[in-house]
Amino acid sequence: MAGLAEYELEQGQEGAVLTLSGPYLVSTIGEVDEELRDLEGPIAKVDLANVSEIDTVGAWVACQIAGEHEAEIVGASDRAKRLLGALEGLSGDYDIAAPRAPVWERVPESVGEKVFNARSGAIGVVSFLGALIFSLARLARHPRNFRMVALVRQVELVGVSALPIIGLMSFLIGIVIAQQGAVQLAAFGAETLTVNLVGRITLRELGVLMTAIMVAGRSGSAFAAEIGTMKLTEEIDAMRTIGISPMEALVVPRILAAVLMMPLLGFYASCMAIIGGAFVGEIMLGIPFFTFLSRIQEVVPTYDVWVGMIKAPVFGLIVALAGCYHGMQVKGNSEEVGLRTTMSVVSAIFAVIVLDAIFAVFFTELGWG
Amino acid sequence: MAEQRHKKSTRRHERYRGEHPIVVRNLKNQFGDAVIHEGLDLTVNRGEILGVVGGSGTGKSVLMRSIIGLQPPTEGEIEVFGKSIVDAEPDQEIGVRDRWGVLFQGGALFSTLTVGENVEVPLKQFYPEISDRLRVEIARYKIMLSGLPEEAVNKYPSELSGGMKKRAGLARALALDPELLFLDEPTAGLDPIGASAFDNLTRELKETLGLTVFLITHDLDTLHEICDRVAVLADKQVIAVDTVPKLMELDHPWIQEYFNGPRGRAALTAQALDELRRHMDEPVAAHAVKALDNAPPSRDKA
Repeated sequence: MAGLAEYELEQGQEGAVLTLSGPYLVSTIGEVDEELRDLEGPIAKVDLANVSEIDTVGAWVACQIAGEHEAEIVGASDRAKRLLGALEGLSGDYDIAAPRAPVWERVPESVGEKVFNARSGAIGVVSFLGALIFSLARLARHPRNFRMVALVRQVELVGVSALPIIGLMSFLIGIVIAQQGAVQLAAFGAETLTVNLVGRITLRELGVLMTAIMVAGRSGSAFAAEIGTMKLTEEIDAMRTIGISPMEALVVPRILAAVLMMPLLGFYASCMAIIGGAFVGEIMLGIPFFTFLSRIQEVVPTYDVWVGMIKAPVFGLIVALAGCYHGMQVKGNSEEVGLRTTMSVVSAIFAVIVLDAIFAVFFTELGWG
Repeated sequence: MAEQRHKKSTRRHERYRGEHPIVVRNLKNQFGDAVIHEGLDLTVNRGEILGVVGGSGTGKSVLMRSIIGLQPPTEGEIEVFGKSIVDAEPDQEIGVRDRWGVLFQGGALFSTLTVGENVEVPLKQFYPEISDRLRVEIARYKIMLSGLPEEAVNKYPSELSGGMKKRAGLARALALDPELLFLDEPTAGLDPIGASAFDNLTRELKETLGLTVFLITHDLDTLHEICDRVAVLADKQVIAVDTVPKLMELDHPWIQEYFNGPRGRAALTAQALDELRRHMDEPVAAHAVKALDNAPPSRDKA
């Protein structure tokens, strides 16, 4: 039948002849390939005279079958002969998938690799921090090299453009804390303590912590992706050859911007959360808006503000450091950029939360409970 | 049985028997205020290698992207295998995508797949009924057909050199035994030996597989050596399509500058020498080659 690849096996005088007919193309071969390979030999000749059209795939299959049965290919058209000639000697046995170890080797290997990487990662981060401090010291001695424009640009990206989203997030968190707190405190008839709850928790903990998480997601990831892409496109190598230190030009402005902006954003976030709480107070608890705000001043000790403001730049440093460090570690392909970006956010948030716990113990011991 | 098979193979195409697999009529491309092409006409003959040249920014790549449907033109008509590309959405199936292969400038290999798996992608996409075993065999011989060593099949693109990436990209472009091959600056960034090997490969593939090749290039040697015709892009149009010797007779400043400049002449001389060396058994040719090889230093400084 025309339009389909067909075959026929006939016993002749000099042995079996396999006659192929119809088009033998990549689009038609799929249905007959398996059947052809399962044919029982011996086959003496493969006849291509009735093949209407042939491409390299068809020629390949004919070649394979002829090779397997040590048959002779006859009746090939000029085109088929050319194709068969081109395919000669091209068979191989490499697997096309990348070599892959069995599971009992892979698991210990990857665990070992992780442990080893954790060690070299820790060394890497510490030496990156060292290089950063070194660059800062150099910049302090040669202030002319400092890139003010880059810093201002990063301050805008990290700080100013984050204002709407951080404001909205904190406002909503303030509402949730006040509303949930009020419900629980009402059981003791102590709804008025909602003010203490909202004021202290946001200024001390949540304002800065949530901001750090937001900055890690917004800016830390951007640092890693930007610097990583620049590494892939050899921009960073280009900088080095011109005599610009990527540490000074890229890393220092980003880290300074994060360190400077985090306290401001953290304080702003706390304020927005308190406003959110006051909003709930006005609507649900019958505490007038401005009374709520002035009560905050009375019930929140000043050191709570200091606790938050001392933590903020440290968190900023951690987040920016993670972003820049992972960005600089990118090598190879574009997949690595995504991987490193994810790692920068995960490790930054993890480090921030661990540090926050340490800070909490530290400040309580200090008597700032 | 035949009935059942027939249902499965829905993608079967006759080989294109018309004379002009690509026809571009009155093409206009515009980005904002910048008009790249206006009133551009181009016809590609079946079975030829058509070189496309033009200065930087004349829209060679845009023309190719228009033809393969990645860049919807502002105006005009583009037909590939007699089917209009313009009316179709970029990923809509109109029965031409499995009949062409495209080699992008950087190879555009999928970085998360090995070279072999890259070649498998189009096969899996268009012919899922092909058995795994045959598909692997196809991928393997296509890679070797493209002139890569066998070990390259399970390497990732990031482990390959620039020239090898191009060959791997070519292997993927050839995966479906296309009738039409688009090459975007295939020899750019290759060393002269690699570039000339790639040229020979292109010509051999064209001859054995009966391909029609649309070739964007800056390489004068490629133009002289393998192109049947050359289309020159300038002034937002194709100003001429012809063989290189005939183009050189044309009185257009850009064409004169391009082909008769120092580099153009050097490529021409090189080709003439190659031609002569093929007939070294004839005394006249041997003499000429000797004379040309020991030619006094050229007076014009390139």
